[in-house]
Amino acid sequence: MTEFLQHLVNGLSLGSVYALIALGYTMVYGVLQLINFAHAEIFMLGAFAGYYAASWLPAFSREPRFLVILSLAMAVCAFLGVVIERFAYRPLRDSPRLNALITAMGVSMLIQAIGQLPFFMGPSPRFFPELIPNVTLASIGGVALGSLQAVTLAAALVLMVGLHRLVFHTRLGTAMRAVSFDGKTAALMGIDTNRVIALTFMVGSALAAAAGILVGLSYPRIEPTMGVLLGLKAFVAAVLGGIGNIRGAMVGGMTIGLVETMAVGYGSSSYRDAVSFGILILVLVFKPSGIFGRAVTEKV
Amino acid sequence: MSKRRNPHAPTGVGQHRPFASRRACLLLLAIALALGACEKKSSARSGGRATSGGGHADAAEILFGEVSSLTGPEATFGQSQSRGIALAVREINEAGGVLGRPIRVITYDNQGKPTESAAAANRLIVRDKVHVLLGEVASSRSLAMAPIAEEHRVPMISPASTNPRVTEGKHWVFRVCFIDPFQGLVMAKFAREELGVSRVAVLRDVRNDYSVGLASFFIRAFEDLGGTVLIDQSYSAGDIDFRSQLTEIRAKQPEAIYVPGYYTDVGLIARQARELGLAVPLLGGDGWDSSKLFEIGGEAMEGSFFSNHYSFENPDPVVQTFIQKYREAYGEVPDALAALGYDAARLAADAIERVGTLERSAIRYALATTRNFRGVTGTITIDEDHNSVKPAVVLKIRGGKATFATSIEP
Amino acid sequence: MKGRAASGWAWAFLGLPLFGLLGWLLPSHTESYFMYVVGLAGINVILAVSLHIVCGLTGQFSLGHAGFMAVGGYTAALFGTKVIAEYKLLYLSEPASDTILFLFATLLGGTAAAIAGLLVGLPSLRLRGDYLAIVTLGFAEIIRVVIENVETLGAATGLVGIPPLTNLFWIFFWAGTTVLYAKRLQESTHGRALLAIREDEIAAEAVGVDTTGYKVRAFVASSFFAGVAGALLGYYLTILTPKDFIFLRSVEVVVMVVLGGMGSASGAVLAAILLTALPEALRPLREHTGVDLRMVIYAALLLAMMLLRPHGMLGRRELWSLRRRKTAPQPEVAP
Repeated sequence: MTEFLQHLVNGLSLGSVYALIALGYTMVYGVLQLINFAHAEIFMLGAFAGYYAASWLPAFSREPRFLVILSLAMAVCAFLGVVIERFAYRPLRDSPRLNALITAMGVSMLIQAIGQLPFFMGPSPRFFPELIPNVTLASIGGVALGSLQAVTLAAALVLMVGLHRLVFHTRLGTAMRAVSFDGKTAALMGIDTNRVIALTFMVGSALAAAAGILVGLSYPRIEPTMGVLLGLKAFVAAVLGGIGNIRGAMVGGMTIGLVETMAVGYGSSSYRDAVSFGILILVLVFKPSGIFGRAVTEKV
Repeated sequence: MSKRRNPHAPTGVGQHRPFASRRACLLLLAIALALGACEKKSSARSGGRATSGGGHADAAEILFGEVSSLTGPEATFGQSQSRGIALAVREINEAGGVLGRPIRVITYDNQGKPTESAAAANRLIVRDKVHVLLGEVASSRSLAMAPIAEEHRVPMISPASTNPRVTEGKHWVFRVCFIDPFQGLVMAKFAREELGVSRVAVLRDVRNDYSVGLASFFIRAFEDLGGTVLIDQSYSAGDIDFRSQLTEIRAKQPEAIYVPGYYTDVGLIARQARELGLAVPLLGGDGWDSSKLFEIGGEAMEGSFFSNHYSFENPDPVVQTFIQKYREAYGEVPDALAALGYDAARLAADAIERVGTLERSAIRYALATTRNFRGVTGTITIDEDHNSVKPAVVLKIRGGKATFATSIEP
Repeated sequence: MKGRAASGWAWAFLGLPLFGLLGWLLPSHTESYFMYVVGLAGINVILAVSLHIVCGLTGQFSLGHAGFMAVGGYTAALFGTKVIAEYKLLYLSEPASDTILFLFATLLGGTAAAIAGLLVGLPSLRLRGDYLAIVTLGFAEIIRVVIENVETLGAATGLVGIPPLTNLFWIFFWAGTTVLYAKRLQESTHGRALLAIREDEIAAEAVGVDTTGYKVRAFVASSFFAGVAGALLGYYLTILTPKDFIFLRSVEVVVMVVLGGMGSASGAVLAAILLTALPEALRPLREHTGVDLRMVIYAALLLAMMLLRPHGMLGRRELWSLRRRKTAPQPEVAP
């Protein structure tokens, strides 16, 4: 039983990271119907932004330092997200979706490739500094909760709640939802779609950056290719929850995290990736709209 | 959407699918029958093409081909190996070279990939026509290179690959290090006798031949010595989250955990183990040997042990001189891989010196008959399996450094 | 139709053997590094043209090509290490036996990959564009993970000791066959159905084209050739590892098809050759400075293409039809 609870804690902590990244995917897909492959790279850049920020900023006391670095990374990535949207995706807004998809793949590859060049980050892994001391906060009946796991869960929750408020209780959020529902009509209604889309990218990228920092803290080894696998799994989470649906992304993320942890704990770790992709295939084959999505009928 | 085939629609796209027509079926049957009439080949596979120019006895310089993982996840392995080789070659050249000729090392980076290693070995042999092939550290990559060396009949020396399969059944592949059956035994003995441990857990890297092999050898030796292996978990190189496996291990309450993986993963594993409340010592193999291990693992590594090829604390003057020269050249203490690279290069030069020719089969013979070659990592004698029989050291991690604990003879 | 059919047979019976003869006469790939690269280019041609069948002709975006390569490659390689390495056919000399068995192995690999294509295609081809891409990606990754875990296939270390039986003759032969197949397919009735699906799937369905059936068949054909390419690669490198078939590999093939022009088989051929030559041209730079610009250039090229010239080098035109008729106005975007 202890083990099951421990797996639960581990799974939720991992799942919240997936959820944070999945939110970015789902939001962008909602407004642009585009799978933003480059999102995983933004996540990676967030981790590295934190790494460089930590080495350049003089040492403050512990707590504020973490928040400062987090905010810095989120800001940097938000900016990057907007830049990518502006120069890579906006020109293709009226092209067939396939073009945009390929472009997204291209951006993703480019960022990874540049990151691996020696004068940038280099291909070898870096060690993320310990911004928050790594202690066991609580050990209840053998189930250990580490400080980093707690921080990850807490941060993810705070951000998700914040996002929820943004999307469902603000005018901007309503505008975002309108654009994702029907972009052309939203424009006719007076919504500046360009601005809304740019803001969507900003928010999504900021969340990815936060995920990057949290992952850097919990798993201190970071490298330019760290986004690939995590990004794919987060995408699976988004699809599982219903792509375009915010609650879906959160639920999907947690689910994938839990399933993966359980599969590794009770099954074999070498099939860990296969589990996620297996879920993806099952979802897409049997219920492509995901848990919360609605089947969309295409009008010819 | 009608799922039934329209009988008037074209039958297939282009060519016949093999099973779609009777003619194809008959053809298939004929092939099967023909294949049934086969026999075993004569076992002496005419070892392939010898490289043109096999007897470049008049070459102006001696060419060593080196394949290393200069980039990639285990970059320090390749970098250390490369430095060791470079230092050895520089020394030899400064002393007049071999047979009066200088040695030149051609190095290719395999980015940590086995296929690249094979391709690099190919290039070195076919295009660059090297006399001796040096590499690799990782057993998986040496395994990729070995068939190519065999095929083209070029002697190959692996500095640090410990999986027995690298030299098994081969004529042209050698190594200057010990092999994993011995290494597994070393740690098993140390755990049982020095640490008094009888219940261990094993956590191996399932994507890595070295790790898988070493874990099996350890388990066998440990059980032979009367210990119990409580649980055998696995991970994949490159994973970042090991908590699930560690949670399962924690449930069994082992006295130690054997983690025969590479330093990049071991560091993270140690951290997460401590986070989960597993305070028992970790045990490992030579894959741990890297300065980065302490950077990644930090305090979590304290009190752990691993088996290795050499210790920088060894007072032997041969070792200390080497360490001093390496420090002067590169500014840091050499790890075992640098030392082994150094030994491998020196052994190659020594072999050439002994036979007095650059004829590859002669070099091979010289390597095979090596006796008591004084290396930095010990006295090297090549046995009939082309392996070196040497003692191993066990190092303890204390104060962020790998300090000498004990030495175990074969 | 008669004239075109006749020229097709002429191509098959004269062209292919001639092509193969060329491969036979040129220096072997083990002796000349240049020829080694030519061989790799040939294998890439097979990959690119086979993907073109699915992406260019049928308009279905597949990101799982590496998976089918892997299935074909490993099947053929396994046959090679277990059978060819140990046995030979009666009444034949060893080299002759090896050659025949190698041909058989290649076909075996192709067939295995075709079956995989069928299994993957049937459930997936109901999905639209992006979803299909992701599902094929998922399947390819699962195939790779499975291979990594099966001891008989060498697991993560890979399969070593594959007999080096690929030579330029075979590579040219298969490359020629693939291109010929794609060309003939495009000009045939079946091809018209595929093009119809590409242009507007719903309309095609409405007109009576069995879209799912055709899509699946295109997928199977494409996978067959991908499997052949994988088999050839295995016997070329003498070693296959799961890392040879990662997602990046599929992307590389996609880049070739996009660069050549989605809808042009000859474009795919050109792009494949170009993109094989490029890394080799950059190799001296990489070896001396350690800076690997390959991926940067690939990605930059892809981006530049999509933003500036989405229809690739040849768009939908083919080299062999450039003379015959005035080119139709180029669509501004890729199909």
